[in-house]
Amino acid sequence: MTNAAVHMEGQLHAPAHGAVATAAVHAKGQQHPIKLYLVVWGWLFVLSTCSYLVDYFGLHGYLRWSLILLFMVLKAGLIVAVFMHMAWERLALAYAILLPPIAVLVFVSIMVLESEYTHFLRVLFFAAPS
Amino acid sequence: MAETLLTDPGQSPARLEGWRGIAADWASDQRAFKNVSWGKAMMWIFLLSDTFIFSCFLLSYMTARMSTTVPWPNPSEVFALNIAGKHIPLILIAIMTFILISSSGTMAMAVNFGYRRDRVRTAILMLVTAAFGATFVGMQAFEWTKLIMEGVRPWGNPWGAPQFGASFFMITGFHGTHVTIGVIFLIAIARKVFRGDFDVERRGFFTSRKGYYEIVEITGLYWHFVDLVWVFIFAFFYLW
Repeated sequence: MTNAAVHMEGQLHAPAHGAVATAAVHAKGQQHPIKLYLVVWGWLFVLSTCSYLVDYFGLHGYLRWSLILLFMVLKAGLIVAVFMHMAWERLALAYAILLPPIAVLVFVSIMVLESEYTHFLRVLFFAAPS
Repeated sequence: MAETLLTDPGQSPARLEGWRGIAADWASDQRAFKNVSWGKAMMWIFLLSDTFIFSCFLLSYMTARMSTTVPWPNPSEVFALNIAGKHIPLILIAIMTFILISSSGTMAMAVNFGYRRDRVRTAILMLVTAAFGATFVGMQAFEWTKLIMEGVRPWGNPWGAPQFGASFFMITGFHGTHVTIGVIFLIAIARKVFRGDFDVERRGFFTSRKGYYEIVEITGLYWHFVDLVWVFIFAFFYLW
């Protein structure tokens, strides 16, 4: 009773017998066409190739960094949204999971300042030109 | 009483959407994640905590790389391979990336077939995913061996900033461990799927609870997360 109680609606009515025959009728949970996954898979391949080509052609400076970040964000977004089904979850879950990592960006900015300061001190005291 | 509330989430009236939906979901003195089982919610929360762990690794790498006065070794050259007489930069890492993405694709399809209760296809696709994962770990072992033979150590290397080795072994080692655990997880669940545990609702050995095909999706969440982390490692460590 208690065990069954905690499970989601899709499973409460899951058939215990003749599963395959009634599969289409009773299939619940995250159901999406296979084609969608194949399309996303293809895009992930394209984006990975693009980010590899950034290195292969030896692009430099801000162009290189912005392209790397762009392809990275697109790939991560596709994986989270489609493969991990976040696009179809309720917002209460999506925000609970996706908002906290923003704190990491604050941490990044703190550490950028800190490492620039460390670098400055090292140049000043240890790597002084002779 | 509390159980009565939990028993039938499907019976409740239409749920609100948008911001009002978030407030209502979190404030309703019930469970916050309405149509997500505890297993899936807990996997998501675990993945969130894991996100912070990998973030800290990448952050410490960033700090080391930004604050050193010694030039950082060029990953494009460090991870280059000579294949058929041609010198190709970063090729091993590129192949590893494609392998991991392919494994994510097969995993996504396994989840799909799982919810269709197609146990044979689900199990086969999960085993294919595990095989891709094992290949990935094998290539990583090759990469580690190559670098160690060339003299890379956590405290130094022949090409530049000594922190390179520490960052490399820490980040890729932790990720490789995750992939290895994922492969074991996949094989364990694939065995249960193939045996039909979720069709006959056989009770679990440790938990004495009935399993559901949802565990395939939960396994998939973990696996996609491993792929997701690699996306960031690939961008920041190998390409930057």
